[in-house]
Amino acid sequence: MAVLMRRAMSGWGRTNPSSCEVIDVDRADIAAVVAQASSRGALARGLGRSYGDSAQNGGGLLVRLGGTAADIFLDPDTGVVRVGGGVSLDDLLRVVVPRGWFIPVSPGTRSVTIGGAVASDIHGKNHHVDGSFGNHVVSLTLLLADGSTMVVGPQQHAEIFWATVGGMGLTGIILEANVRLLAIETSRCAVETTRHDNLDSLLTEMSDGDEHYRYSVSWIDLIAKGRHLGRSVLSRGDHAKLSDLDARAAGDPLRYGPRQRISVPPLVPTPGVLNHASVALFNEGWFRHYPARRASVEGIGAFFHPLDGVGAWNRLYGRLGFVQYQFVVPFGEETALRDVIERLSASGAASFLAVLKRFGVGNPAPLSFPSPGWTLALDIPARSKGLASLLHDLDRVVLDAGGRHYLAKDSHTTPAAFRRGYPRLAEWQTIRDRLDPGRLWCSDQARRLELVDQAIIRSSS
Amino acid sequence: MNNAFGEAQHIVLLGGNSEIGLAVVRALISPATQTVTLGCRSLDKGAIVAATVASDTVTVDVVHFDAADSAGHQPFIDAEVAKHGDLDAVVMAFGVLGEQSDFDSDPVVAADAVTTNYVGAVSSGLAVAKQFRRQGHGVLVVLSSVAGERVRSANFVYGSSKAGLDAFAQGLGDTLAPLGAQVLVVRPGFVHSAMTKGMKPAPFSTTPDVVAARTVKALRAGKHTVWVPGTLRFVFGIFRHLPRAVWRRLPLG
Repeated sequence: MAVLMRRAMSGWGRTNPSSCEVIDVDRADIAAVVAQASSRGALARGLGRSYGDSAQNGGGLLVRLGGTAADIFLDPDTGVVRVGGGVSLDDLLRVVVPRGWFIPVSPGTRSVTIGGAVASDIHGKNHHVDGSFGNHVVSLTLLLADGSTMVVGPQQHAEIFWATVGGMGLTGIILEANVRLLAIETSRCAVETTRHDNLDSLLTEMSDGDEHYRYSVSWIDLIAKGRHLGRSVLSRGDHAKLSDLDARAAGDPLRYGPRQRISVPPLVPTPGVLNHASVALFNEGWFRHYPARRASVEGIGAFFHPLDGVGAWNRLYGRLGFVQYQFVVPFGEETALRDVIERLSASGAASFLAVLKRFGVGNPAPLSFPSPGWTLALDIPARSKGLASLLHDLDRVVLDAGGRHYLAKDSHTTPAAFRRGYPRLAEWQTIRDRLDPGRLWCSDQARRLELVDQAIIRSSS
Repeated sequence: MNNAFGEAQHIVLLGGNSEIGLAVVRALISPATQTVTLGCRSLDKGAIVAATVASDTVTVDVVHFDAADSAGHQPFIDAEVAKHGDLDAVVMAFGVLGEQSDFDSDPVVAADAVTTNYVGAVSSGLAVAKQFRRQGHGVLVVLSSVAGERVRSANFVYGSSKAGLDAFAQGLGDTLAPLGAQVLVVRPGFVHSAMTKGMKPAPFSTTPDVVAARTVKALRAGKHTVWVPGTLRFVFGIFRHLPRAVWRRLPLG
């Protein structure tokens, strides 16, 4: 069995590391490895793209389940793929796209494992039409705390299945999933882009037109102020049909081979290179780059995963890292949304392009983040002055409006704020605790937000 | 668990009546903070102080802690963890200044002061470190002093105890750094406080609130050492290298 190694680990935002034993495992030995966990517990970690402390477990055990293209089995008749929990969306796409299938929900990066996609119940630009990742899972094979495995799905052990969707790995380790894919004719996307000078124009356009597009997302320049507040670029589209392609592209309509163009070197100066001046310059150039209206055909990589073109881009924020802040507020609470945007813009924080999108109906998972409303996500350097108290203030605005925050992004909020946003937390905890009475599964985030009962963890130590 | 901004949920002050220590704790308290434990020799005095720290969102616990009682340090930390969970931020602020003349006339008094300032820091610091290792994170603030940087004849017993403390804290920090835990050594100059009341302030004097603000800023920046005021770093950079014959004759009080 592999040797345990103590390492400092952090999320993609590189803010609050903790050290733990990290071990790479395969399916054959994972149960035996997990059984060795100390009272600090165990947790599966995928590719470490959650921004905060959801995939770290200070003093405990972190297992990384391996996965390759060999763990992908596609049924071409039904479009259901059986895929290992440790397989990345990148590997999956490289296998299924050339055969005419696409993942039902795509986040902004391909560096996400299947296990992570389920555990965070990730969403994409099509949430308003297709819902989140969990909606497309037919079944899961789960490694439970007692070492046994269980197959769960919306039709079998539904309660456990929905506690696992969005359950942040705290119900067990996702060994395998059956996921229903989306049939595509081509590997390109037909995209329409419109530029908006202010928030009102953007919100109106999104409210009126989103239903006509499978994919819709907008990028807002949060540095813009005054009458330009909320200036943005809205990009909407769908998978291109064969008839949308020019003759050359139509010759190989399912060609797919995304590449990483450059990578950020490890030695970025401590304060990072993203500050108010550089971000303002970038946002300005980026905004001007787009004409008022444009129609184009883009590759999957350019449309869905623009940031994957730059490797290790989180290093640009320097040694102190960055936080991502993402929340949803219900439709009808546009005033709260505007209030948040105004406060961020007024704070002078160097926020790189913020992403705004509309969520459709949520799913039955008690801890799933998406619910009908507006969701805004933004990155800010962690060292920004006054940021901690600004975000605590924004939490209040969001919660007062009936909104909530996304666990896969959160790295700062409090147990009380979390409970307010997720009134079904206790229901989830009851199911979780029944599956794991000895409190094996734990993460730093679970400790910080009191997702898992602390008193019992400690008495067992 | 500390959040992304280093805001602690659970803060422990060792030396719960220390004015500088309390100032640091107040500066550390944020909307994320849930519990503050004041480790005090006198529970009565601690209770009075506790009322000034508590708020709607912060519960304050006062627990008996005697820096001179090394045997009690590990049980103190264990009980603290059992009650409130992971130690997110620990501030080590106990210490006695004493009078060099008293030490000269009664060596036992001097030894007692050194036991508190240095020996107590070693035993409590190692108990904290053990827990940091177990939990894989944590920050420890150690209130050292410029008096330990170059020891003066006017207070060399105090100075030597701080020199030992400072060296210990640096070593501890280097040991814990790869484990995700941080030790910050704070080196203030003369601080206007109850401990120095009636004394003639040295140049570059400061206040507990300034020390606290600089400490929190340094913590958040991931630093290992902070001088208050910052100028002292350069002043002592020179003092360190003065020949003994010159140093001895400097009119530093």
